[in-house]
Amino acid sequence: MTNQALNPQDADVRPEAVPAPARGFDFAYWWDRVGILVVLIALVALMVVIAPNFASFNNLLNIARSISINAILAAGMTFVILAAGIDLSVGSILAVSGVASVMTGIAGLPAPVAILVGVLTGAVAGLINGMLSAYLALAAFIVTLGTMTFLRGLAYTMTDGQPIVSNTLSFRDIGNGYLAGIPVPVVIMIIVYVAAWFVLERTRYGRHVYAVGGNAEAARLAGINVKRVITSVYVIAGVCAGLAGVIFSARVVSAQPTAGTGYELDAIAAVVLGGTSLVGGRGRIYGTLIGSIILGVLSTGLILMNVQFFTQLLIKGLVIILAVAIDSLKQRTLRLPWSRAIAAQTPA
Amino acid sequence: MTTTSSRQPLLQLEGITKRFGATLALNNVHFDLHAGEVHALMGENGAGKSTLMKILAGNVARDSGRILLDGTEIDIRSPHEAVSNGIAIIHQELNTVPAMTVAENLALGREPSTRFGALDRRAMIAQAREKLARVGARIDPRRELGQLSVGMQQMVEIARAVSENARILVLDEPTAALSRNETLHLFAIINELRDAGVGLVYISHRMEEVWELADRVTVFRDGTYVGTRGKTEISPPDVVKMMVGRNLEDLYHHDRHSPGDVMLDVKGLTDGAGIGPVSFQVRSGEVVALSGLIGAGRTETARMIFGADRSRGGTVTVQGKTAVASSPAQAIARGIAMVPEDRKDQALFVSHSVEDNIAVSSLGGHVNAGVLQRARIRNAVKKQMERLHLRQNALRLPVSALSGGNQQKAVLARWLMRESDVLILDEPTRGVDIGAKSEIYEVINDLAKAGKAILVISSDLPEAIGISDRLLVMRSGRIVQELNSRTASEEDVMSHATGTAAQTNGEFHD
Repeated sequence: MTNQALNPQDADVRPEAVPAPARGFDFAYWWDRVGILVVLIALVALMVVIAPNFASFNNLLNIARSISINAILAAGMTFVILAAGIDLSVGSILAVSGVASVMTGIAGLPAPVAILVGVLTGAVAGLINGMLSAYLALAAFIVTLGTMTFLRGLAYTMTDGQPIVSNTLSFRDIGNGYLAGIPVPVVIMIIVYVAAWFVLERTRYGRHVYAVGGNAEAARLAGINVKRVITSVYVIAGVCAGLAGVIFSARVVSAQPTAGTGYELDAIAAVVLGGTSLVGGRGRIYGTLIGSIILGVLSTGLILMNVQFFTQLLIKGLVIILAVAIDSLKQRTLRLPWSRAIAAQTPA
Repeated sequence: MTTTSSRQPLLQLEGITKRFGATLALNNVHFDLHAGEVHALMGENGAGKSTLMKILAGNVARDSGRILLDGTEIDIRSPHEAVSNGIAIIHQELNTVPAMTVAENLALGREPSTRFGALDRRAMIAQAREKLARVGARIDPRRELGQLSVGMQQMVEIARAVSENARILVLDEPTAALSRNETLHLFAIINELRDAGVGLVYISHRMEEVWELADRVTVFRDGTYVGTRGKTEISPPDVVKMMVGRNLEDLYHHDRHSPGDVMLDVKGLTDGAGIGPVSFQVRSGEVVALSGLIGAGRTETARMIFGADRSRGGTVTVQGKTAVASSPAQAIARGIAMVPEDRKDQALFVSHSVEDNIAVSSLGGHVNAGVLQRARIRNAVKKQMERLHLRQNALRLPVSALSGGNQQKAVLARWLMRESDVLILDEPTRGVDIGAKSEIYEVINDLAKAGKAILVISSDLPEAIGISDRLLVMRSGRIVQELNSRTASEEDVMSHATGTAAQTNGEFHD
């Protein structure tokens, strides 16, 4: 009922009266825009104080490389969550794609083909997720829980449960090389984010993703092919996972059937930490990048501080809960971004 | 339970003020209610009616003012306190659990149990029957609530309120989604409750209803109290004048002009399950109203034309080109647009900006090499907003910040921007204040003048007659009569919509 009371339409507030004049510092407004960035800066500042070697160029590059896989997964996940879906299978897709690309490489095919096979494997897995949830109208959570298990099984089956090490892996530079002094995975990550930003903000398709996540029925009646949009976001998530799988196997120069276990949750955490609403229809891709960086800085920082692995998990868990709490708080305040004082004045 | 017509009002709201941010939603307003009366609360959207009722329901805290029950000052800090004070509110959006049965809904929170602590279904159903009987509703308590019509669901809510011994019952636009039969039934219940000494607050935009039911009328305008009048001291035009602060001349602005060529041609359209076959034409420059009771197949027909639901036979052509659509996207590509009946669930992206809401269907026309031309889109949106008298500074606000009337204008703007040839408007003025209504009528008139073909569905009969050139009356899935809007009366439409008086349509009890 409280939420209803906060709905401006119900409150009989007329648009003629808005936007309310900003009075003083407006926490909710600024938090929505730069809050997560402030958290990142504070976190980095803290790390610099605690671990003086944190700010070294090499360490920062290492952090960038270490987050690149999760950040790429999270970019795809952002599309899915913006469209009000969820994809639990990206970790398993990563594994299968990695295995597929390494096997292609071992079979003697050139590096670009091996990479392409990995990415396409991800795309096909995503297509299956998307078709099942869009055209059979199955719940995405269950569909991707199913494919998560299935694809993990497939990765084990393909490798006989053993890592396949290939020291002569043709595309190993994808994981270990440098381009103009920057690690290749970081370059790929940047390209993925620029492309994702462009698609979401500057193309018709991107706006349709937001519309479908905001209100699927209204989107359909506005002329959007909702099923196609839903299918496509899983394909995008699959492509990202496939790319991440290629990078992962290049990095470890082998096909690992256990690769990416639990990564889907890190990706979801990064998306939510970045301010994208799990309800769909609202969020920003750059938030996801910052969310990924925060998680990466946190892990690296905790290692630098010699925090025990168990304690690291405790802290990471708390951060994720905090992220969801922020999301929920924002949903309450965001109903009234144009008249932010109301949130403070209306009884909870 | 009959009360003597005591001087002491049952409920007094005195000097209530409520501020939301910079907006004064209620400014020192008054309202009182006697036992055994129906007191209508009227005003345009944004007048403050809902806010006052939310204060009464314990959903919103007042900033200042007093609430007196039987002359004793009380405080209502939560919905629970409202209920324990005998206050029940039937909202526009119902507060029931659709996936549960009627009996379960009626017993919610007070489920009877057997000696062994298990749920006593038999007792629950018996109690439900009794509660439903008290409001004269013939509904099987074992049915799932969500399967009932909105009208019947509303009856269940009223039955629940009555069973909780509500002394004050607030009905907020209760007839918005009801058929004529359901409305008549509701009125009978309201009269019974009044006779039983319940105080009823009736909020409605429909003047005829207010005139039929209310003993007194209170009018708010822009959050201020305008006045309270006994029904005998005043006429409907006076109330309208109180509401809008001016005389309303010719609300249904509609120029009749000679229509052009056939724009929309529907032949034998059917869903194969009770709707259709339906055949009719709408010419360029013509406004045709699809009339009939709720459930007569108006919305279903419109949705098939628009491709929102699949048709199982028949043809649709737009300007001679075949346009049977299997999806709204196809229909839109062929020049058909539809404003659906449920704005919030079917038309709006409530958390998205007004700009995004308007532009969503026209993005394809503003793309250069795959890149959205944002400046061009913004200009096109602004143009439509100007045309519909929407404030430019609303452009980037979430559409949820607009009043119902302005939200509807935003939905209209979406299709104006798209420049569709055929517009289907399903209940375009539902929940819209009089000011916005007259603006919507003007837009419809302008569109007709510009040669568009317009198909309107409206349950508001004076409106349907007033803004259209022709009326097609539907009953049981078919068009049973065509009427000329210039000569048709409400009675004409109603008699065709219901069939002959003797052969009462079982719509309500089916």
